Amino acid sequence: MNPPTALRETRILDADGIRRAITRIAHEVVERNQGIDNVVVVGMQTGGVWIAERIHEAIGTIEPLRKVPLGAVDVSMYRDDISLRPVVPSAPTRIPCDLTGATVILVDDVLYTGRTVRAALEALNDHGRPRAVQLAVIVDRGHRELPIRPDFVGKNVPTHMADTVTVGPDGVLISSTMDSAG
Amino acid sequence: MKHLLSTAQLDAAAIGALLDVGDHMAEINARPVPKVPALRGKTVASVFFEDSTRTRLSFETAAKRLSADTMTFSASTSSVNKGESLRDTIETLAAMGVDAFVVRHKSSGVPEAVTQWTDAVVVNAGDGWHQHPTQALLDAFTITRSFGDGNTMSGRRIAIVGDIKHSRVARSDIDVFTKMGAEVTLVAPATLLPVDVGSYGVSVAHGIDEVVASTDVLYMLRMQKERMDSALVPDISEYSARFGLDEERAGRLQPHALVMHPGPMNRGVEMLVDPGTLPGSRILAQVANGVSMRMAVLFTLLGGAPNGLSQGD
Amino acid sequence: MARKNEFVIKGGTVVNHDGVSALDVRVKDGTVAEVGESLDGPEILDATGCFVSSGFVDLHTHLREPGKEEAETIETGSRAAAIGGYTAVVAMPNTDPAQDNVMVVEFVRAQGQKAGLVEVVPSGCITVGRAGTTLAPFSSLAAAGVRIFTDDGNGVQDPLLMRRALEYSRDLGIVLAQHCEVSRLTEGAVMHEGSCCSHMGVPGWPSIAEELMLHRDIELVRLTGAPMHFLHLSTAGSVELVRRAKADGLPVTAEVTPHHLALTDELLSGYDPLYKVNPPLRTMSDIGALKAGVADGTIDAVATDHAPHAPHAKEMPLDQAPPGMLGLETALGVVNTAVAPTPQRIAELFSWNPARIAGVHDRHGRPVAVGEPANIAVWNINEVWSVSRDRLASKSRNTPYHGMELRGRNRHTIFNGNVVVKEGKALR
Repeated sequence: MNPPTALRETRILDADGIRRAITRIAHEVVERNQGIDNVVVVGMQTGGVWIAERIHEAIGTIEPLRKVPLGAVDVSMYRDDISLRPVVPSAPTRIPCDLTGATVILVDDVLYTGRTVRAALEALNDHGRPRAVQLAVIVDRGHRELPIRPDFVGKNVPTHMADTVTVGPDGVLISSTMDSAG
Repeated sequence: MKHLLSTAQLDAAAIGALLDVGDHMAEINARPVPKVPALRGKTVASVFFEDSTRTRLSFETAAKRLSADTMTFSASTSSVNKGESLRDTIETLAAMGVDAFVVRHKSSGVPEAVTQWTDAVVVNAGDGWHQHPTQALLDAFTITRSFGDGNTMSGRRIAIVGDIKHSRVARSDIDVFTKMGAEVTLVAPATLLPVDVGSYGVSVAHGIDEVVASTDVLYMLRMQKERMDSALVPDISEYSARFGLDEERAGRLQPHALVMHPGPMNRGVEMLVDPGTLPGSRILAQVANGVSMRMAVLFTLLGGAPNGLSQGD
Repeated sequence: MARKNEFVIKGGTVVNHDGVSALDVRVKDGTVAEVGESLDGPEILDATGCFVSSGFVDLHTHLREPGKEEAETIETGSRAAAIGGYTAVVAMPNTDPAQDNVMVVEFVRAQGQKAGLVEVVPSGCITVGRAGTTLAPFSSLAAAGVRIFTDDGNGVQDPLLMRRALEYSRDLGIVLAQHCEVSRLTEGAVMHEGSCCSHMGVPGWPSIAEELMLHRDIELVRLTGAPMHFLHLSTAGSVELVRRAKADGLPVTAEVTPHHLALTDELLSGYDPLYKVNPPLRTMSDIGALKAGVADGTIDAVATDHAPHAPHAKEMPLDQAPPGMLGLETALGVVNTAVAPTPQRIAELFSWNPARIAGVHDRHGRPVAVGEPANIAVWNINEVWSVSRDRLASKSRNTPYHGMELRGRNRHTIFNGNVVVKEGKALR
């Protein structure tokens, strides 16, 4: 990213805000699926993995009697833009079970164009045929290029395309250049 | 760098990066349906001027698992080993639309020459006595993942036994293993050591008994019967007596020691014991890892990391 | 060509055995008519900044005709030679058919005369077909004017055959020239045997393969008393062997190529067959020893071993490509750049010594003096020029110096009293 002429950083959520969003999402997942039968939580490498772990932990608190499987999926082999920009595979995919008939809660930090989620859907299909895939994200920043919509959202944040959205355990940060903010 | 012609292009960091991609590919290969769409629409052409069914199939499997299309040109039985036809062959295939050439030839330096005749990516699948870079990568993957050391071989003792002088596998392995910090010992009669062996950064032993009890990896090379003709070794039994892996020597290997071989084996020459009976044998793993590492190489050169491989300096 | 051809070489410095002096030279009707200061004439050939000496004589050129005319012909090779400052070249006998009989020898000589650019002096083979089994007809070839005999391209492997050849040749006033290579030690060899070839994974050509045969032949010279010339020395060990042989008073002479004074085996690390040559390019320490041999007179002559190959022949894998590089047009530039000999030493290495060894010293390698045949080269050791493989007169393009800058260039060449090269361009 080119260093902007001037940078304005806005914190949208702080650490507590993240925690509350994750708790709420976990409850919504359990409510929407009327329990946790056949639910599998899968985080997207690498930004969604720590969030998936937290959601998984929170679900474990709500429904302590049974364990929900937890996995991670790397989409670098499924991107539709491999020749257009460099792809460096991050950490490998770990799917703990056959996903056939499962309800997969696919977890990522930021939903933007939707292309990464499309790649993840294709990747998941190579591990079985899920009954359903539900998308959970901390931030939906708009600008979809594909007909993809989230099922569980931490916060909707309208952004400019030049903005950068960073999600971490201590919160969500939007970085804008002064011109785009103008 | 755009091509993979020699391990000399790779520093330890670049090797480590490729091994990491290999982990991804190994995971894919473990699935019930080992296929991803990463190289869909790309064409990989195997151009083999020297017979090698196993390496060719390994590369073709790798390409197919990444959803690439494959083309095969196998010239070993025809008379087209002369240079003129070599250039014509490459240019003709390139005109059909090839994104990557995988080239094997009995003359060292041919893959480098091929890069002059096409814009496609070129992967060296073995040239003369010079290099076989994907073999070294799969060997490094096998060793590091067996020991769980991460992307280093620091402190590991590796003994390479056999006809080093005429072995592209040995040259490539020596380069990669030493870069990753291993202590490499070459075990061969003086007639089968490379000229100026001191410049390779390795130790030398003149009998397998010198290394078998202390080595962490015993890497056996194939001893070709043809070597007997040029007075390089008097005869097979003398070779086996000093350099062959038999049951007695296998019994002296350390419990954690790995036994490896690039294949195909010459049973009764360098291998006098069935490797299937050796707990340390990684020979079959090498074959599986060969597909993973060739997938890693093809993915990296045809659309992975920026500008293909990062420059080793 | 009976023409009253008269012109003055003006403003140059004449190089002779007895001295180097700024003098003009008048050439008339094929001979040197006058040497003096401030001469004038009907035609002036400007030699400002140049040395003027007898024309160069190459002991070792492959003209490829008959047999490989796609690479070079006697005409195109002669032209390349003339541009390089040569007025005579010894044509190597590895043609097809080989120069092992009078018919081929006379054909080659006649083709040279037809081209009229340099004197083409055919050499003969030592063995029939260069096969190394039976001696060629030395006597009838000598009667046809052949003075140098060689199987160049190969060495004579059989020591008994070599002994007989030397004994037989002794009475005929001819000179045997050896390409020293014990072929059993160089089977499949692609380049110098050393660290470079080891890492490149190609078979090597060990120095000892040259030195063993050289040593053998020096002892055979000692035994038989016949003279011998050694082609293209390439190793430090070879220089020392010849040095000791000369100290012992043996009748041996030796040549070195420009490329063995300038280029090393590392150039082959890209597997480009352009640099593949026999004997191969070796190491810096070999170059150092060869230069020392040139300086102390152990090496008598520079010989180009000009070896043209058509482009498709060199576009092969390194181990399959034929060995050889061009040399006639760049020899002076390379040697001057690499060694920077004095003008007299240049004349000695390029003209006086090789003329004597080739047996043409009654008309080449002569002093620039009144009455002498006008075979003259006018050359500038300060001219810096860039070599372009597309602007060479040779039919082939395999020069290793393409794109390199050389210091030293031949400017004009006079052959039999006619200007055949003027300002670096051939006039015919």
